[in-house]
Amino acid sequence: MDLTFSAQETAFRDELRAWLADNRPEAEPTEGGEDAQYQWRRDWQRRLYDAGWAAPAWPTEYGGRGASLTESAIYFEEIGRARVPLPANVLGLLLGGPTLMVWGTEEQKERYLSPILSAEEIWCQGFSEPDAGSDLASLKTKAVKDGDEWVVTGQKVWTSGAQYSKWCMLVARTDSDVPKHKGLTYFLMDMEQDAVQVRPLRQITGEAEFNELFIEEARIPDANVVGGVGNGWKVALTTLMNERAGLGFALQIRLRQLLDDAISVAAERGLLEDPVYGQELAELHTRCEAIRLLAWKGLTDVERYGQPGPEGSLVKWLWSDTNQRLTQLAVEIVGPAALTSGTTWSYEFLRARGNTIEGGTTEVLKNIVAERVLGLPRLKVAA
Amino acid sequence: MDFGLTDDQREIQRTARELLADRASAARVREHAEAQSTDEGLWKELSELGWPGIAVAEEHGGQGLGQVELSILCEELGRSLAPVPFLGSAMAATVIQQDGSAAQRERWLPGLASGETIGALGSASDGTAELVLGGREAQVFVLIEEDGSGRIVSADEAEITPVESVDPTRSTARVVSSAGEPVGDGSACAGLGRALVCVSSELVGVCDRALGMTVEYVKDRKQFGVPVGAYQAVSHRCAQMLLETEKARSTAAFAAWAADADPESLAEAAAMAKACASSAGVEVTASAIQAHGGIGFTWEADVHWLYKRAQIDAALLGGAKRHRARLAAILAERVGAGSAA
Repeated sequence: MDLTFSAQETAFRDELRAWLADNRPEAEPTEGGEDAQYQWRRDWQRRLYDAGWAAPAWPTEYGGRGASLTESAIYFEEIGRARVPLPANVLGLLLGGPTLMVWGTEEQKERYLSPILSAEEIWCQGFSEPDAGSDLASLKTKAVKDGDEWVVTGQKVWTSGAQYSKWCMLVARTDSDVPKHKGLTYFLMDMEQDAVQVRPLRQITGEAEFNELFIEEARIPDANVVGGVGNGWKVALTTLMNERAGLGFALQIRLRQLLDDAISVAAERGLLEDPVYGQELAELHTRCEAIRLLAWKGLTDVERYGQPGPEGSLVKWLWSDTNQRLTQLAVEIVGPAALTSGTTWSYEFLRARGNTIEGGTTEVLKNIVAERVLGLPRLKVAA
Repeated sequence: MDFGLTDDQREIQRTARELLADRASAARVREHAEAQSTDEGLWKELSELGWPGIAVAEEHGGQGLGQVELSILCEELGRSLAPVPFLGSAMAATVIQQDGSAAQRERWLPGLASGETIGALGSASDGTAELVLGGREAQVFVLIEEDGSGRIVSADEAEITPVESVDPTRSTARVVSSAGEPVGDGSACAGLGRALVCVSSELVGVCDRALGMTVEYVKDRKQFGVPVGAYQAVSHRCAQMLLETEKARSTAAFAAWAADADPESLAEAAAMAKACASSAGVEVTASAIQAHGGIGFTWEADVHWLYKRAQIDAALLGGAKRHRARLAAILAERVGAGSAA
């Protein structure tokens, strides 16, 4: 066991930290709404890209730095520490690119990877459907072969960034006659066609971070199939694995910042000496550290054994629960301002409600832990 | 950055687990628990293998290994519930090694390392320590007062009254003494952090065993025609037990590492580890009883020994709330230092 960074990892961290100190993004725009905010993050990615910091984990041949997993985690820790935003094309950088590197053809890698990195082409993820949430493999969006094209019809939901996206990682059913996991195919769908309509989905915070996609006979060339026809479930799992590993680290840092903010406010109000608040903040601090340690442990496991284990579900579960508990406590610490619309804390506690649903509900995560980590039997549900 | 154990550490873990599975079987532990006796044969064997001295410096007859290795043994002994006075003796040796004078180290450590001397460590209030683990057989006590200062008291300087605790797998006694000599300079003992890590690691072992027994039971036990572990009300409880266990494991592992590699962070790391382990110990073993259903409430099932061991360990050197209060004070100091800077 050695929980210190190597000389190389320390050098990586210091270089990035120095660069971030010298290259802070402009202040977040307060006018112009979500579009202006998105453009601001796109400009920020461009700046990261020019300095080679958009996706250090990507291999050098694709424009990354070939950073190790540990360095990649350091990258998210430093981005968090500097309190700068994640790059705009986060789904392309963390999910789409790495999925193509595993499953894409040489032509696909050549065509798509570079514009992901430079934020010229934004990516979104078309997995969930109104009737296929936790039971993702039951999705109904259909793709039918027509010459050297596929014709796609269906509906997707929870598609963040769809209004800015050029490409959608789309999973659709190409064969209804085989068991549900086997009839799926993974496509790259061009969002710039009339057959794809994007409608903002307003969430409980009042903003529309996500969208619904209405797809009516959209066209996808056969060349845009990723990983082969009928292999979509496996390809999608690669994307989902990357989602837990990469984003997990970034989220953990955000939790730490919020906790530090809550502790500062508590200290200002003399609540840190109050044993009731002190107990709760100490518990949140301990959980926050446990999440960091478990995230690092998961990383060590990947470095030692290859794949991330289903134990990653524990980190996501603990993180989402802790973020809800923290933001709810903050309401009591901050007082009326936390219940006033438009404040950071009111946004945070409302947004936190989504944490135990998005990226695998806590109920599904508990099933995964029970079945795949503990080896408990699965209850057969009557069809 | 590497979270795993080294090959040598894994070997220690493997041999310890195998030895204890054989020598401290559930039946054997029950025999000693019901007779309220220490397994002297096992203690002798462990002593010959050098366990009590694993983290004692070589110059004092120990193996000179670190807190991580000591914690591995604590965890395995917790898992097996072995009826031996290891934990108290190891904690006493740790504090004497960290805080003791040269003369104190020379006097006590060789015997504690070889297992010929049995030590015990207890929380005291004005010279009175209730429920000192291993108190019946110990020859030397480290008594820690509420301010963290410590005294070394030999058995002939103390009034020792055996007490039956809820956990009969280990002896306990009430120890009263105003004699002995201070260990350290009168401020809080530096070795206390390590002692907390030892208890936390033992609790991790207790949790892991409770979870393992529960998983086996709920896979096997059928009601309404299916294994009860297939019901989410039961399986999600088991998942929660794993989450609590892993929280305790990761914070204890970090604190064990910090003890040797980053001593400045030990006070905070040890408080986190003990807060986590105390609450996990109680919750996980209570869940184990619940998931075992009626049989879990019987004397005949072994799961209650784990619950009882967890209760004693959770309270030892302060429970979860006391360590959270300590953490809150550390957080307040940090915020104060930040705003002063």
